[in-house]
Amino acid sequence: MSAQTPCKLKASDYKSDTKPVWCPGCGDFHVLLSLSKAAAEIGLQPEKIAVISGIGCSSRIPAYMNCYGFHGIHGRALPLATGVKVARPDLTVICAGGDGDGFSIGGNHLLHACRRNIDITYVVMDNEVYGMTKGQPSPTTAPDWDSKIAPGGIGISPFYPLVIALASGANFVARAFSGDPNGTTQILVDAIRHPGFSFVQILSPCVTFRPDQRDWKKQVHAAPVKPTSDASQAARRVMTDDGFNIGVLYKGSRDPYQQHVGHDIRFDRDIDEEFLP
Amino acid sequence: MTNPTGNHDTISIALIGKGGGGVLTAGEMLLRASAYFGRYGMMIPAVGPQIRGGESAALLRLGESPVNCLDDTFDVLLAIDWQHAERFRADIPLDADSLVIFDPAAGSVPDFIVGTGARMHELEMKALGDTVTGGRPNMVALGFAAAIAGIPESAVLKATEKKIGRKGRDAVDASSECVRLGYAQVASGGAAAAIEPAAAANTNSDRWLTSGNHAAGLGALRGGIRFAAAYPITPATEVLEWLAPRLNDAGGTLVQAEDELASINMAIGASFGGIPSLTATSGPGLSLMIEGLGLAVSAEVPLVVINVMRCGPSTGIPTKPEQSDFNAAVYGLHGDAPHIVVAANSVTDCVYTTQWAVHLAEAMQVPVIVLSDQFMGQASAIVDPIPSINFLSKRKLAENIGASFERYALTADGISPMPLPGTPGGQYTADGLEHSTAAKPSGLADDHLAQLDKRARKIDAFDYGQHWADIDGDGEFAVLTWGSTTSAVREAIGRLPVDLANKIRLVSLRLLSPARPLQMADALNDVERVMVIEQNHTGQLYRFLRAWYELPADVQTMYQPGPSLFRPGQLASTLHDWCLQ
Repeated sequence: MSAQTPCKLKASDYKSDTKPVWCPGCGDFHVLLSLSKAAAEIGLQPEKIAVISGIGCSSRIPAYMNCYGFHGIHGRALPLATGVKVARPDLTVICAGGDGDGFSIGGNHLLHACRRNIDITYVVMDNEVYGMTKGQPSPTTAPDWDSKIAPGGIGISPFYPLVIALASGANFVARAFSGDPNGTTQILVDAIRHPGFSFVQILSPCVTFRPDQRDWKKQVHAAPVKPTSDASQAARRVMTDDGFNIGVLYKGSRDPYQQHVGHDIRFDRDIDEEFLP
Repeated sequence: MTNPTGNHDTISIALIGKGGGGVLTAGEMLLRASAYFGRYGMMIPAVGPQIRGGESAALLRLGESPVNCLDDTFDVLLAIDWQHAERFRADIPLDADSLVIFDPAAGSVPDFIVGTGARMHELEMKALGDTVTGGRPNMVALGFAAAIAGIPESAVLKATEKKIGRKGRDAVDASSECVRLGYAQVASGGAAAAIEPAAAANTNSDRWLTSGNHAAGLGALRGGIRFAAAYPITPATEVLEWLAPRLNDAGGTLVQAEDELASINMAIGASFGGIPSLTATSGPGLSLMIEGLGLAVSAEVPLVVINVMRCGPSTGIPTKPEQSDFNAAVYGLHGDAPHIVVAANSVTDCVYTTQWAVHLAEAMQVPVIVLSDQFMGQASAIVDPIPSINFLSKRKLAENIGASFERYALTADGISPMPLPGTPGGQYTADGLEHSTAAKPSGLADDHLAQLDKRARKIDAFDYGQHWADIDGDGEFAVLTWGSTTSAVREAIGRLPVDLANKIRLVSLRLLSPARPLQMADALNDVERVMVIEQNHTGQLYRFLRAWYELPADVQTMYQPGPSLFRPGQLASTLHDWCLQ
């Protein structure tokens, strides 16, 4: 994150007066709360935060915060956030969205955002379903989950976002559960403070299309081990866990992407002269 | 100046040979030497898709006055070898006045060359090159071609130093020796019977050597662009490669994105952050960027997209020009999405039009597509220095923000003050969703209509001044054209008998969209008939003109797809007949 003068604000100071479109009981309400609490705990000025998203239920989150925001197009949140951060390194940039937006239509950008390691925090509210289009399987949906578009199940293996993020070079990888707002807040504080690309998968139940996810609160548990700085060890852990280990998995020390726009630099030479033959 | 065919005041020389054989290097040095000698000129590189081992050609035209298009035929074809020469059959028209210089060691002259009736002259380029340690036939060819073109040896040796210098003294000496051998072949009378040496020109050291792609980069930089994100694509890549280091020097940056979807969204994000931003691409990339363009329209984010057109659809002919992305640029977006499309009409104009585009984008908080094409984008041209124009490229910013501030307030000119992130009290969420004046998502008919009206109003009410078109002459017959075709049309008009040329008024549209019906009505005042000329298969500009403009009853068209360029002689013939109808 960028160095900013801390300010004393409450979580509610980061929320806008726009009423969310989310269903009652949606896990994303808690994510909104956790993100606001994390910003307050770090002491960020609301106008120095940019919350960037794509399309989907969870991608509505920028409008619900009292920060600068950009609700862009489906799948392109990460490039949009990349442009904001490279142009404005003074801002704290949070990119947010869902599993369809981030892992399916935007999957390629996830790989390259991890590689590029720009100092942004990417929060994916994963509910293993396309909610806004009324219940189709996403890349993290189990193969046998029945739906209108894929009767009897989609029949293909789900995608493991944390493994992909590690393999692609993300500098911070964590899993959180929306039903534990305090725990999620601490993970987000850690993620925002960590330099480079921080990836946080938040299990965030869709009570409307995935009522079975109400059980997640019984299934989640704190990860039995501390974060590692060894990506291969982290990958092994996450590939063999039950998908409900909650906590920071990996903290790397790779230098963030350094190219950015510096406003204080001026031409030190005459470009026109380069055109002489 | 004179040339072997005696027509016009230019000389056209084509160099061909196998890829990697140094044909483009020789062509570039010949062009540079011409610049040192005070000539104008241009060179079009023609290559196959292979990186090595394909075929390549350098198509040059040199003259005493500015050169902006190719001639009807080539005066000289200099073939280092004949590998794949047939692929250039359409690019290098020859006639009985042409002179073909070839190496007898490279095998027999292809039938299609012999069939043109061109005069033949042997030059042992390989054997002569082999007499010099480290010598190469392309440098012998360069010396010979330069001698024919009447360029003094000193200018070519200076170009050799400039081009080869970094390879060390031995390389420069070897190349220089080969160049001298080429000159000696002409001086010894080897081709004297065929060629009358050209007259000397005045040296003007102020001139520039640039491509349209580099020129577009300069226009962007001058306009204030400080962020670019892009994905490589032929024939736009040179815009990016030129910009990358210079943006860094100017305190900006270029990000190579993972694809065009990322490119345009990165540029939108950076511009939202307050930095004037750009991406550059070609047809297929533009198609991928269209959804992003719609986002920039809705969220009202300034953005410049340079589209260097090539033959389409799909992958088409990536290394050849066509003016066939007009429809995609103007109509490609879904919804009612007012945006701006401008077109550069020469290598020099790529600077001006791109700089203007930045000004328009920033002033109106709107995406602007700049249409260039492979021909002028990748051509190298000797041009007069291109002055900077002081456009006032200022974005209307919201700074001292009160409680009643609304990001998308309905202003008279449709342009609403924009707060940049970091500005206290200005927080809003830019959105592709329709929104209220207060930037809240809205599905209400009133909000939709108000914002549609506002977005249309801001680009319709804007004062584009005289820049919307270049108008030459005041005759009663108007030729309407756009883009690089303008240069060939202009030359064609110049070739007509004066009484016919005086009948013609040339209108080259720089602002393609939005349409300017009132300005066009002025431009076509007293015009009896119109001819529309463009390089595509369906008359894309013509149909747009039919939709938006009042035209006289008598409208004729001349459109042909790429890759073949319009030749001035072909156009002059058409215009001649048209004037006499």
